[in-house]
Amino acid sequence: MDLFSNAIVAGILLGAFYAAVAVGLAITFGQLDIVNIAHPAFVIAGSYCTWIINTRLGLDPVLIGVLLTPIFFVVGAGIYRIYYAAFERTGQESLSGLAFFFGMMFIIEVVLILVYGVDYRLVSAGYIGGTIEFGYVGIPFRMLVPCVVAAAVTVGVWLYLSRTFTGRAILAVAQDRLALQLMGADPVRIKQFAFGLAIATTAIAGSLLIIIGPVEPSVGRVYIGRAFAIVVLGGMGSIPGMIVAALILGVVETLVGTFMGPSWAPAVAFGVLLLTLAIRPTGLFGRQ
Amino acid sequence: MKRADIVFSAILAAVFLSGLGLTEVMKNEYYFNAMYVVLQATIMAVAWNILGGFTGYVNFGSAGFFAIGAYTSIVLDKAFGLPLPFLILGGATVCGALGLGVGYLTLRLKGVYFAIATLAMAIVFETFINNWSYVGGARGVYLLTPEKHLWFDSYIQMLFVLMLALALACIAVSRFLNSSRLGRGLAAIRDDEVAAECAGVPTLRLKLISATVMGAMMGIAGAPYPFFVTFVDPLSAFSLFVAVNSIAMPMIGGTAHWLGPVIGALLVGTAQEIITVNVSSELNVLLVGIMLVVFITLAPQGIVGLAQ
Repeated sequence: MDLFSNAIVAGILLGAFYAAVAVGLAITFGQLDIVNIAHPAFVIAGSYCTWIINTRLGLDPVLIGVLLTPIFFVVGAGIYRIYYAAFERTGQESLSGLAFFFGMMFIIEVVLILVYGVDYRLVSAGYIGGTIEFGYVGIPFRMLVPCVVAAAVTVGVWLYLSRTFTGRAILAVAQDRLALQLMGADPVRIKQFAFGLAIATTAIAGSLLIIIGPVEPSVGRVYIGRAFAIVVLGGMGSIPGMIVAALILGVVETLVGTFMGPSWAPAVAFGVLLLTLAIRPTGLFGRQ
Repeated sequence: MKRADIVFSAILAAVFLSGLGLTEVMKNEYYFNAMYVVLQATIMAVAWNILGGFTGYVNFGSAGFFAIGAYTSIVLDKAFGLPLPFLILGGATVCGALGLGVGYLTLRLKGVYFAIATLAMAIVFETFINNWSYVGGARGVYLLTPEKHLWFDSYIQMLFVLMLALALACIAVSRFLNSSRLGRGLAAIRDDEVAAECAGVPTLRLKLISATVMGAMMGIAGAPYPFFVTFVDPLSAFSLFVAVNSIAMPMIGGTAHWLGPVIGALLVGTAQEIITVNVSSELNVLLVGIMLVVFITLAPQGIVGLAQ
């Protein structure tokens, strides 16, 4: 029972962090129909940037993540320009675009390996070692801090998408380009902004990832399954659905890790993804 | 037989015979190693292209098929001690069946969903192998190179000739699929699956054939791998590099024509071997990624497309 309740709590904390990883993908894949398979690679890039600044300047990792967002935003917007010019305009986005991002993921990973090697990297911050105890449930700060920040990011993005003009325009561009154009908004600029926003969230997700544990370049691959499983299970672009899916995945993964052994955990995300795709591709909360 | 078929068969025979001749003339073992790697990549590229290029279903899980082929032969070798041809047959059968299953997946999943599902499948298999202690689990497994190598000077020479024969056979199958009535059906599915179905193309059957052939070929490429490297662990067998290579090579060569993956594999594979030896092996991995991105962005039809 001890083990079980600890696993549930740890799973919820982990799930909240997964939501921050997947929220960018929910925008690109769910709303914009851009299959950014390199999304987790950007998260890892965020982790490495955080690590570099943290070891050089000793800034707080979360602060670094926030400071990195403008840079990641610009990079993301730039990548969308290339993607638009090469694929979307000519109408070959689905498969060529997929291979494009696949190659991009590969490039990010290999560049990180070439420059920094395959050693595990970690950051230092005052709170990382600490734990608070609630009865027999212990909550380590290295999980609690990412959970809180992740919740703030995810809810922030959700509010932004549902309350502001640009946010609604992003939701609109997914549904009806032409109508959006008639409302006086440029779909390409909206999508460029949305893609930049999605990549910006990976900077924060990356800084959270490296707080939770050490990171090395190929860690990103496991997150492909997690991020896509969450977005698909959450119903493609629905942010509340995605949050629920992230929590489910976090809890299931932790339970499997606790009771069957940690080496089975990666199969959970991909198994969930396969099952969802095969049985109910619209996800738990999907629109048909 | 048409004229083109005779010319094609003659070229295949000539390539095979010159390969046999090389084993008599060339004494440096390294070249056989390098050529083996290029041939293995050729089979993978040709196989990927049958589903990816001809039929239009992108498979990100090539490494999964390759590794299952390799592990099938490890299991058969360990359990029954079968000779190599049976191991290859076993790898082809298991991966062909796996391909058939993937073919059924196309019923529900189109486009990117299919691609993501294949990637997911590869990682699920990797986790299973990681936890299966009979084949070494995550620690990997060592194999001994068999003593016997027919009349060849060394085992690697025999593997090279074997791989050459297999690669040529795969290319012949791919050419047949591309130019036959079946190939036109596959092209129709690639261009517009609904329209093809309406025009009376048996889409499901064609997709199943194409996926099964792809799986079997990848199993063939993977089955001799354990004897080539003598140490297999999940990390190297399920390497992302295998998956990227088998996508990048056809894309660089051109996916619509059977010659595309062959050209891409020979070109990229040879370049990789040269760079690995002369510069560094990490740089060669980076090169493939960059070539893939550049070719998709600037020359989506590949080298064959540029030539036409």
